[in-house]
Amino acid sequence: MPMIEPVVQVSPLWVVAAAVLLGILAMSGAAFNGVLARREQTGGPLPATVRTGRSAGALTPLVETARLLRQRRRSSIAADALLWRIGIGGLIVAALLMVTVIPLGRWTVADLNVGVVWFNAMDVMVWALVWMAGWGANSAHSLIGGYRFLAQALSYELPLMFALITPAVAAGSLRVGDVVAAQSSLWFIVTMPVAFLIFCASVVAFSVWGPFSSAAGSDIAGGILAEVSGVDRLLLLAGRYALLAAGAAFAVPMFLGGGAGPVLPDWAWTLVKTLLVLGVLIAVRRRLPLIRPDRLAVPAWMIVLPVVLLQILVVSLLSVRS
Amino acid sequence: MFTSIAFWLLAVIAVVSGAAVFRVDSMARATYALAVSFVAVGAILLLFDLDYVGVITILMMMMEMAIMGVFMIMFMGMNPALMPMDMVHSKKASAAVSLSVFVMLSALALLIPWPSRRGSPDGDVTAALGEALMESKMLVMLVISSILFATIVASLVLANPGGRYGQASDGAIGGKQRARHPDGGGK
Amino acid sequence: MTLEGVLIVVAALFCVGLYGALSQQAIVMVMMGLELMLNGVILAVAAFWWFLAPAPEGQVLLLVVIAAMTVEMAMGFAVATLVHRSRGSDMTDMAGDLSG
Repeated sequence: MPMIEPVVQVSPLWVVAAAVLLGILAMSGAAFNGVLARREQTGGPLPATVRTGRSAGALTPLVETARLLRQRRRSSIAADALLWRIGIGGLIVAALLMVTVIPLGRWTVADLNVGVVWFNAMDVMVWALVWMAGWGANSAHSLIGGYRFLAQALSYELPLMFALITPAVAAGSLRVGDVVAAQSSLWFIVTMPVAFLIFCASVVAFSVWGPFSSAAGSDIAGGILAEVSGVDRLLLLAGRYALLAAGAAFAVPMFLGGGAGPVLPDWAWTLVKTLLVLGVLIAVRRRLPLIRPDRLAVPAWMIVLPVVLLQILVVSLLSVRS
Repeated sequence: MFTSIAFWLLAVIAVVSGAAVFRVDSMARATYALAVSFVAVGAILLLFDLDYVGVITILMMMMEMAIMGVFMIMFMGMNPALMPMDMVHSKKASAAVSLSVFVMLSALALLIPWPSRRGSPDGDVTAALGEALMESKMLVMLVISSILFATIVASLVLANPGGRYGQASDGAIGGKQRARHPDGGGK
Repeated sequence: MTLEGVLIVVAALFCVGLYGALSQQAIVMVMMGLELMLNGVILAVAAFWWFLAPAPEGQVLLLVVIAAMTVEMAMGFAVATLVHRSRGSDMTDMAGDLSG
């Protein structure tokens, strides 16, 4: 295994490249979801597939984008347009701000010395954004979706915080580059599998995806998606995929050794690992049932939280010993 | 130069959105105006090289405001239709008091001969904070943690609609509780 | 950006919050005023840290202020919930008998 070189910060202008990359990752996530939908052909309630007729398979993101761009943008009576638009457009921005601290191989746009906390702050932004997307429409179903998300957030956020802090404890630093460097001999997923699983589950949760998508559930007519159409809907759906992609990408430097790997250059390994994690997160949607936020609270606080604290204890003991 | 421009921009945002809290007619907008004010102050903290505290301020306050919004709407019952509201008392006296406090504080800020800077920031401000918390200032965090724990217990005791006969949502007993508190808890 | 400039911004934030805390009737709006005042306090502590004494103690003080805000929020909401449940109102003016 080649020696991992220290992370270098590139010019802030590269944020454009990061945005393009994030877009490609989100699109490939949507395409993979389309392929899975095509294989299943169940025509689920979530509109990543074309709702009428057959799924477009791998072309789903393109077909959906074209369809939604042509669709008329609908608004509801007495909508709080300001907060609604902020919530709808903000998800992509939050995902992009997450991505700025993730090193692609050796390059990172912002090598913050509190990168881990930065990621955490951005995922807290999602609380407000999803709620605003639900609130703004002035529709009962949307608003219930927003409230469901906040209720769910109260369950996943603390485990997520502790899962994020575990690699930082092992590395002795909140800088993402240092966390990568600390994994030169052993990837953190080996010593902290529980934190990795909780992190992945929380990414699914803050992306309103799969088992944690009750905020957009079909029982409330799509929840936060109930009233959005046209370009608004496109932005909201793209924001969900972008959040999933950003979360998957963050798992790579935190748990999967960053760009470490044989043969391929380190940036390629980062992308390969990101795509693998993203693929699993996308596929989870068709494997696990929906969890109601009120049912989630007790296991999250009584089981997951103590387990992740135990995980930190184990990791701390390991890092004290070495 | 850049820092100065950024500071004044953020300062204007912080104060204007802070004032907007009491001017807008929607509870949701008021809450998120306050959130914007906090984020602006958090960003100013980043300008002062307080990386950790700045990001933590943004994190904590966004979380707090997201929850606060729920309470605001629950208690005030406004819809997004922007109902005009003016629920204030002793407006003139309040304005007079706060204006005079402002004049006084600004005068103090300008008139006090501030000492010059002692020392300079450590190389890694975040690490310095961590070491302070785990070494010389550990007692502070110990006290805070017990206060926070007491707060959790106290606020749950105050706000829990159930009491010692169980949760209001616990079926049969909950029915009795709900009869006493028509609007209290339960599903 | 000077210490005096930052402190005037602090005074502005603090006094807007003070106005809100004094004039608003709803408990939750009073709490927003208090939060805004504490927002000013955070900025003041940060300014003193940066311009006068950049020592770790200042950062610890900032964390204390943030913790105080969370305590204020939690207790405020608990009391507001309790008052709302028992009186069906969240107006400070109608809870005058709680004083003294």
